[in-house]
Amino acid sequence: MKAKVHFREVLNNGTGYYGLLALLGAIVLVGLGAAFYMEHNGHFVTGMNNQIVWGTPHVFAVFLIVAASGALNVASIGSVFGIPLYKPLAPLSGLLAIALLAGGLAVLVLDLGHPDRLIVAMTYYNFKSIFAWNVMLYTGFMAVVVVYLWMMMERKMNKFTKPAGFFAFIWRLALTTGTGSIFGFIVAREAYDAAIMAPMFVIMSFSFGLAIYILVLMASFKWTDRVLGDKILYRLKNLLGVFIGAVLYFVLAFHLTGLYAAEHQTVERFILLDGGIYTKLFWIGQILIGSLVPLAMIYHPTLGKSRSSIGWACALVILGGMAQMYVIIIGGQAFPLVLFPGLDVSSSFNDGVVASYAPKLPEFLLGIGGFAIAMLMVTIAVKVLRFLPESLADAIVDPHSASDANNVAKKAA
Amino acid sequence: MAVMYKYVRSLILLAGMACLGLPLVAQSETPLPVIPEATSRFSDAQACVEPTEEMRKNHMNYILHQRDETMHKGIRTRQHSLEECINCHVPAEDKEGQPMRIESKEHFCNSCHSYAAVKIDCFQCHADRPVGKTAFHPLTSQAPGKTDFHHSDADTTVSANTLEVLAEEGKLQ
Amino acid sequence: MTHKSEIDSSRRQFLNGSAIAAGLAIAPGVMLHQVANAKPADQAVSSDKRWGMLIDTNKCSKGCDACVRGCQTENGWGENETKSNPDQLAQWIRKVEVRDTSTGFSNSLPLMCQHCEHPPCVDVCPTGASFKRADGIVLVDKHICIGCRYCMMACPYKARSFIHEDLHDQLPTAPRGKGTVESCTLCVHRVDKDGDNAIPACAEACNAEGHEAFVFGDLKNPNSRISQELAKHGGTQIRADLGLNVGIRYRGI
Repeated sequence: MKAKVHFREVLNNGTGYYGLLALLGAIVLVGLGAAFYMEHNGHFVTGMNNQIVWGTPHVFAVFLIVAASGALNVASIGSVFGIPLYKPLAPLSGLLAIALLAGGLAVLVLDLGHPDRLIVAMTYYNFKSIFAWNVMLYTGFMAVVVVYLWMMMERKMNKFTKPAGFFAFIWRLALTTGTGSIFGFIVAREAYDAAIMAPMFVIMSFSFGLAIYILVLMASFKWTDRVLGDKILYRLKNLLGVFIGAVLYFVLAFHLTGLYAAEHQTVERFILLDGGIYTKLFWIGQILIGSLVPLAMIYHPTLGKSRSSIGWACALVILGGMAQMYVIIIGGQAFPLVLFPGLDVSSSFNDGVVASYAPKLPEFLLGIGGFAIAMLMVTIAVKVLRFLPESLADAIVDPHSASDANNVAKKAA
Repeated sequence: MAVMYKYVRSLILLAGMACLGLPLVAQSETPLPVIPEATSRFSDAQACVEPTEEMRKNHMNYILHQRDETMHKGIRTRQHSLEECINCHVPAEDKEGQPMRIESKEHFCNSCHSYAAVKIDCFQCHADRPVGKTAFHPLTSQAPGKTDFHHSDADTTVSANTLEVLAEEGKLQ
Repeated sequence: MTHKSEIDSSRRQFLNGSAIAAGLAIAPGVMLHQVANAKPADQAVSSDKRWGMLIDTNKCSKGCDACVRGCQTENGWGENETKSNPDQLAQWIRKVEVRDTSTGFSNSLPLMCQHCEHPPCVDVCPTGASFKRADGIVLVDKHICIGCRYCMMACPYKARSFIHEDLHDQLPTAPRGKGTVESCTLCVHRVDKDGDNAIPACAEACNAEGHEAFVFGDLKNPNSRISQELAKHGGTQIRADLGLNVGIRYRGI
């Protein structure tokens, strides 16, 4: 008979749990303080200026939003593609999606010049603007995932899990496409105006979302003394490897196309060769640390089976993802606008020169605050409701596995 | 221990109920805002561009409507213009001779808004006092034979007295 | 009175009344026709007109920034922002020096909001605060601007500026404040007052210096000075390849 996976709230009442809550709460408060400081004084306290209009907060916010939609993938693989192994992972996946999105949106909204006018953004819509569509996609996503979670977690609604999951899957693809289109629709900037932006963001979401999911899964199981079997973990890790490879492919396609056209060669040269910090972040941050090293760690015969190695690989993917966002968002703005193709321009408004940007502390604190909001939400939710399976040991997850006994023996050792 | 808890709880309850009696002990007169008088009247019959009670209740609606008309349609009638409100209600300088600012208690808008604790963000962008260059507003433009008001529906109530008053204002600035 | 005269007087009154009514009905039209140049204050702008400028860069010299200073004085920017660093200061109009490195030819031109017919900034604004008026002037409705700066990302001319600090002493004709985005308004307050006779502050300052590089007018009126000069000398758009059909045209680039 197939073993049933039971879900149980986190029952920890010790200093560990409350210490984590306090730490995350403190970071959230600092982030909110930074947001208030920026709003009260004006953006002159940040490193953003009239050339680099979106800075570190947006790097964090877009990363969190992209990762949020990717975090839902795990649930989709279970509900939409019907792979039984992933079904117990689905509630945490939905929770993480909502939490990361909330964190990202909080950072985005608090960085606005007029956050007090948020109600204006929710009532006046210019439907030609992808931003306006995104406002609806983001808030709708929250509602859709809440319903999806409800279908999953209430037994008599389980028959609706599949259609709800399908709807959520389509919605999340639309959301990430919308987020990528924020940049893809911009004709003005050489680094953006590309149709590949939207699908590239979708693939990036797969990678970043899964990396965060694996880390949260490993941490939450370790800290609640629950068993996380190798079977599930290795499946997830291998999947992450596939996604990292897919992102590399899209990045390759993007830059190769850019290098081919004479029109785009200047901006490609900027990103890939002489853009200073942006070139370093691209090659060392995004490619090396964010893609190649984790790939090696994931597929290495011994490293790929070590828990700490898997955890580090996920962390590196996240760091690489942040670097990628920095290069896209800030590097794309740093490259000067082309007013007269082929001619040199100069002015009192930084025309023709690479814009300079030095992030200031309030921006960074706000961004970190967003991460903390997401993690705080997850930490509270897993204690209140049954998001986490009691056990994901191999025997429970897939009783027909032949290597069960071996794994149990390994664990005991 | 449980008795102690009950004792503390009832003490807090008693203190809370005692606070309810504070208004009885406090002064019986509610403090009212001190609202500065405007520098001129709209007409003999009417102090402001609309009846005073109407303005007190609905001035924000007039302002909101006018802002959309001006912003999106370029309609710059003077009757509900924010600039004209300021020109009439706010002196250029306060009692100490310093430039009048929105934060000052003597500022017409702030005197009531700070009392009512209703935050307005108009003056984050708009000039909060009349500025010399634009305070003079000729009633007729350079084009010959033109008087805006006779052709507009909005400005039907401008009386001869008002024209005189507005023209006088222009000379003083 | 005889019956006849009663009828006559009431008929007379009727004719009188009708004549007056007809006169009153026609008079506004007559008055408006007389003053077709300037729009009455209560009349909405219409797409019958499209305001634009023609700038002759042959009359622009490298060191001259009269247009910039004229705009600063008219709209009250350039002095108020004390806390922002130089990269954060607003700039509604700037002089751009262009150089062709292969030939050595160099040129100087003023660059401000180009008031496109298909403005990217209007397309991307989530709240519709960045909008194009019926008469072609592209503006920011700062009342509903939430300060997201997406329009600044989208503008190919980097025409927009964000206000990074609290401002004081704004001019009544140019409200501007912290947390909102702004750009050249084509001196819309002057345009609404003077119509075809209007002259934006940059053009006025240039004329005061004697360079007369700017021509402002109605692009839809074939008889306006700007339309005639465009027909005679032509005018180039900056980044014409983007297909924005801008309202600011240049000669000599």
